[in-house]
Amino acid sequence: MSDRPLTKNIDLARGPLSLRDYEAAGGYRGAKSVAGLHPNEVLERVKESGLKGRGGAGFPTGLKWSFVPQGPESEQQKYLVVNADEMEPGTFKDRLLMEGDPHLLIEGMIIAAYTIGANKAFIFLRGEYVLAEKRLARAIAEAKEAGHLGTNLFGTGYDLDIVLHTSAGRYICGEETALLNALEGKRANPRAKPPFPQVSGLWGKPTIVNNVETLCNLPGILANGVEWYQSLGSGGDYGTKMFGVSGRVKKPGCWELPFGVSIREVIEGHAGGMQEGYSLKAFLPGGGSTDFLTPEHLDTPLTYSAIGELGSRLATGTMILLDDKTCPVGMIGNLMRFFAHESCGFCTPCRDGLPWVDAIFRDLECGKGSAKDIAILHDHVGYMGPGKTFCALAPGATAPLGSGLKLFAEEFEQHLVHGACPYL
Amino acid sequence: MAKITVDGQCYEVDPANNLLQECLSQGLDLPYFCWHPCMGSVGACRQCAVKQYRDEDDKTGTLVMACMTPVTDGAILSIEDDQAKAFRAGVIEGLMTSHPHDCPVCEEGGECHLQDMTLMSGHNYRRFDKRKVTHRNQDLGPFLNHEMNRCITCYRCVRFYNDYAGGKDLSAQASHHHTYFGRFEAGTLESEFSGNLAEVCPTGVFTDKPFSEHYARKWDLEAAPAVCTGCAIGCNTSPGERYGSLRRIVNRYHSDINGYFLCDRGRFGAHYVNSDFRLRSAKDSSGMTLSSEEASIAFARDTQKRLIGIGSPRASVEANFALRRLVGEDNFYAGFSDSDYEAMQVLLNSLQDQDFNCPSLKQVESADAVLIIGEDVTNTAPRMALSLRQSVRVAAYELADKARIPQWQDAAVREIAQETRSPLCIFATGATRLDDVATLRLNASREDLLEAAEALFVRLSGDSPHYREGVTGRTMQAVEETYAALLAAKKPLIISGVHAGVEAMRLASNIAKRLAKIRESSCDLVLLAAEHNSVGHALLLEEKNSLGSAFNRLKDEGCDGLIVIENDLYNRAPTSIVQAALKSVDTCIVIDQIETPTARHASLVLPSTSFVESANVLVNYEGRAQLSFQLSPCPESLKPVERWLNVEGSESTESLIRRCSTELAPFSELDKCLPHPSSVVPGAKFPRMSHRASGRTAMNADRNVHEGKQTLDDNSVMSFSMEGIQPLRDATVLGSSWAPQWNSNQSISKFQNEVNGALKQRNSEIHLITRNSHLDYYPSYSRTEGQSDEHKYLLQAVQQIFGSDELSARSKPVQSRMSDCYIAFNVESAKQLGATTGDSIELQDTGVELTLVVRADVPDGVALVYPGSSATGLSVNRFDLPKAAQLSRLDKANSEYGLGVSSLVVDDRVDVEVTTGAIL
Repeated sequence: MSDRPLTKNIDLARGPLSLRDYEAAGGYRGAKSVAGLHPNEVLERVKESGLKGRGGAGFPTGLKWSFVPQGPESEQQKYLVVNADEMEPGTFKDRLLMEGDPHLLIEGMIIAAYTIGANKAFIFLRGEYVLAEKRLARAIAEAKEAGHLGTNLFGTGYDLDIVLHTSAGRYICGEETALLNALEGKRANPRAKPPFPQVSGLWGKPTIVNNVETLCNLPGILANGVEWYQSLGSGGDYGTKMFGVSGRVKKPGCWELPFGVSIREVIEGHAGGMQEGYSLKAFLPGGGSTDFLTPEHLDTPLTYSAIGELGSRLATGTMILLDDKTCPVGMIGNLMRFFAHESCGFCTPCRDGLPWVDAIFRDLECGKGSAKDIAILHDHVGYMGPGKTFCALAPGATAPLGSGLKLFAEEFEQHLVHGACPYL
Repeated sequence: MAKITVDGQCYEVDPANNLLQECLSQGLDLPYFCWHPCMGSVGACRQCAVKQYRDEDDKTGTLVMACMTPVTDGAILSIEDDQAKAFRAGVIEGLMTSHPHDCPVCEEGGECHLQDMTLMSGHNYRRFDKRKVTHRNQDLGPFLNHEMNRCITCYRCVRFYNDYAGGKDLSAQASHHHTYFGRFEAGTLESEFSGNLAEVCPTGVFTDKPFSEHYARKWDLEAAPAVCTGCAIGCNTSPGERYGSLRRIVNRYHSDINGYFLCDRGRFGAHYVNSDFRLRSAKDSSGMTLSSEEASIAFARDTQKRLIGIGSPRASVEANFALRRLVGEDNFYAGFSDSDYEAMQVLLNSLQDQDFNCPSLKQVESADAVLIIGEDVTNTAPRMALSLRQSVRVAAYELADKARIPQWQDAAVREIAQETRSPLCIFATGATRLDDVATLRLNASREDLLEAAEALFVRLSGDSPHYREGVTGRTMQAVEETYAALLAAKKPLIISGVHAGVEAMRLASNIAKRLAKIRESSCDLVLLAAEHNSVGHALLLEEKNSLGSAFNRLKDEGCDGLIVIENDLYNRAPTSIVQAALKSVDTCIVIDQIETPTARHASLVLPSTSFVESANVLVNYEGRAQLSFQLSPCPESLKPVERWLNVEGSESTESLIRRCSTELAPFSELDKCLPHPSSVVPGAKFPRMSHRASGRTAMNADRNVHEGKQTLDDNSVMSFSMEGIQPLRDATVLGSSWAPQWNSNQSISKFQNEVNGALKQRNSEIHLITRNSHLDYYPSYSRTEGQSDEHKYLLQAVQQIFGSDELSARSKPVQSRMSDCYIAFNVESAKQLGATTGDSIELQDTGVELTLVVRADVPDGVALVYPGSSATGLSVNRFDLPKAAQLSRLDKANSEYGLGVSSLVVDDRVDVEVTTGAIL
């Protein structure tokens, strides 16, 4: 039993395993094991395992599934949708999983779809992930050929069809209801909740939207048991997690590590520490929409709660590092440009607030900023904050903005005083 | 009821609603943009943020969007909280970043919801000094201007146009702060309800284009409550006038009829009153202009003769009543065609029958199963089509209730409902503009439809229908499905109308009556009249006095001449019959607002007033008599019909109405539509001008520098000035809605008992008809003719929203949407004739030529004929058309005088070249 259930088959040099090799390596054991189980039993196991969604919010997966109405009275058509629209800045963990071991995702989808009673599943794939598309398509074809997809899977009488959909692109499609709208061919605006997708999702049918990495956890849980799964990880979060580091480190990358590993171990161990001549100034622990942490937090264990206590979020677990030679104002400005461009345009604070913030950063960069602009930035942290907007996009953007304004007040000031970026 | 506390004040509110709606119902000022009283909430603009506190100990509270927050009993809120105020000001600041601030040249200025809300939010100092986003505008056709730079992205336009009105050619495009609302490419907006965008848009993106041709600020417009003359629905309008010309029509809220919306015929059709088609002076037979006195003398001389009178469904109750008094009831004849008159009898019977209820539009919206037999509602009574679009949502609301989603959560309700719709079964020939929401369509020739309706009636009677040989399984299935839908419904509604024909109306009555028996309570039945006062006119007629009998009187020399009021006889009978009748008498007096072919034959033409220049009472399809107030002073050359007729009591509308109610039983309550004396303060009047009207002393300075006396209006409770009782207080009449801080039409909430409730001001109306009869079933329908000659096409007349109504067809903006008369058949027939859209088609042996529009859904063997309008373009008299005709394609170029058919909007139009001969 591997302690790296997500990546044990991944070898970037050789490419992904074919179906035969994947099965030889113990694959589809998890999926086959559900054949003897009632969907409720699978659900119980997933609940017991304590698996939390890996898309960023960390919501318990079993609990989410349990909201799907079941029984003869319920809507019989249900859907599973895989959120593979990985667009969070600095995040590339799902890409690694899909390119490296596509059958693992398919196996996870079979387990999830069986549990919730969906016989149609969609993979909503980021359009730019061309290689993942190729490999997933091939793996799906192989699985169909082998009878792992189609009708009467593993003799259960249960059918499953998987559709691979490549997205036309937009960050907002990571928001599950916007994703559903996009999948239906509508504008990718988030939907009003309630109704939640578990009750009324894709084309109004009960729908579960899960992240790629979440689903990839399922085969291991089913094949090796809850106890094994919980033995991985510590600090209240179970199993392993894909952690990534980008920035000026020696070996940027993405690794599967147990929950509870310290930030220092990831940055200094796996990523090999900072490059020569650079030192760590601050970092975003879980992608572009999390609050900055600083080197004093390096010994914090990577769990949802520990990072939460610091006022940031573990989110996708992929860190973006800021070094001492890079302008923090430029970094935040770059993020703001991204978020402003990716706003769906539905609600006012996000649609009209972010472009203003972006425009201020552009002015600051070239020394045209003013003290008034900094005040406006501060205003926008509250104005676009949680509860003020229709979805979490703008509040996400205020995380690096709000924490950055506090942390790098001096750098902001310098931009005004020097009339230019001091890092140039 | 629930109790909520807002800023320390306790209110009793409806827990089924959201906080914003309830705050507005309580008269509180809370700014909003994306919420609309009848389109619900989506939470886009974030303008209506308020503070909500958990309990009395909670001092910090949380910001919530009032429109997205359900009312809960005991809720504690603050509108005045500093953080809430700051956030609302911030939202305006954000919305304003790219707004051009062009209020001085913007037509919305002065009635702009964005201006009002900006002021209300307290935002005033502009901090944004970056580049604005700009957009390119589109030409959206003759009705609307497009100025996208003013857009604040509230999504109201697409929510109205697409979600509410079923339009398909307007959409939200692009994203983030580049979001754009327009068509895929420039071009005329196709929806019949596009004009409402001018009112739905909270700022000046969509503005009324005909209005901008002769623009005036809202505060400078004289306004009075009026009733639309576009069709039989009787929508309430608020016309605006300045310098003696009608400038525009906007919606005037009526809780039971039009609510917040009008159709484009109503909104833009009224411009006929300014057109050159209007008769402006009296003329004699030689065309010589007569002064008002000369005309009156001539008229008095003529009335010494033995004259008969022909009334009109487009003339007011008073005009028809006056004519009836002048010529005597035996000599007063119907202004309907004989077939329409027969249909009107069925309609009148249905209004008196206790087995039926004739629903208002608001009630139509709550029908949970609808059957339409033969009537093309979108083209004959457009506003009702908009209500029918809402009726199909009853099933959606039921689903939402089950899922505990409040009905005002607009996007969520649509989400949960998806394509679930309450039954809307349409029995029609060819495509209709409601097909996209229909759950069942039976598309067949008129006779086949009637047979299917008869089969449905038999089915409802508990028997199994006997189908003629050749009836398709699809028809039988349609009958079965409709049967099941109507039986399962709590509130079924059957619709037909005069345009569908008397047989369809009888069948609709029979079906509704059978349903009433089954349900042991009355059944909703709408029989649509054709014109705005069809019912009022019909109620004044002796049953035997049809138009045909009038023509017989003229022929038999039982009289010396006739008086025709506001009627074009060529729209009512075949050309040859009308011509013969008019030739047989020397005296033909025509009183009309507009030039008509009939007026050209007259020995004396007298110009009458339009709804702008005089008050009048109109009776709609329900039997609802409504008073339409005079808007502007009447020019000396014009007189209302009744004043030309100069009968006893005709000196004022009011006195004639009172006389009518004392003299005629069906009208005994008519005087109740007049402003109630108790609400009128002696000596004080209700001003037609706003208190901000400008230029009073300068308006006529080009003619005389002395300020003239204000024109007096002795006959009305309204005055032609700005002094008097402002309508905001307990006034009776509401010409144009305005309230402090609320300059736009959104101010209407200040006049409602509660949001979407009745007006605090009484409506000037009365239901005329009391239901006191139980009539029998009509005899069962059987086909009159056998199968027609297979080389011949059955011809069926159709209506168009733009063109089929005599008055609106004379409005310039409407004319730019009209088409020539046309003939329509399907692709198969087009192939056989080797013809394509735009070709000329001849009806053999008649000499009639029509332009072809290939329409995919026209059944085999049927050709639809739209007769066009005598106002402009090519037209035919629909009574000259045979029942069936052989068709051939004419090898000739199209007339260069016509309007063509390019502006015609039908859903099944096929414009591509049809290949002839062998199919590849």
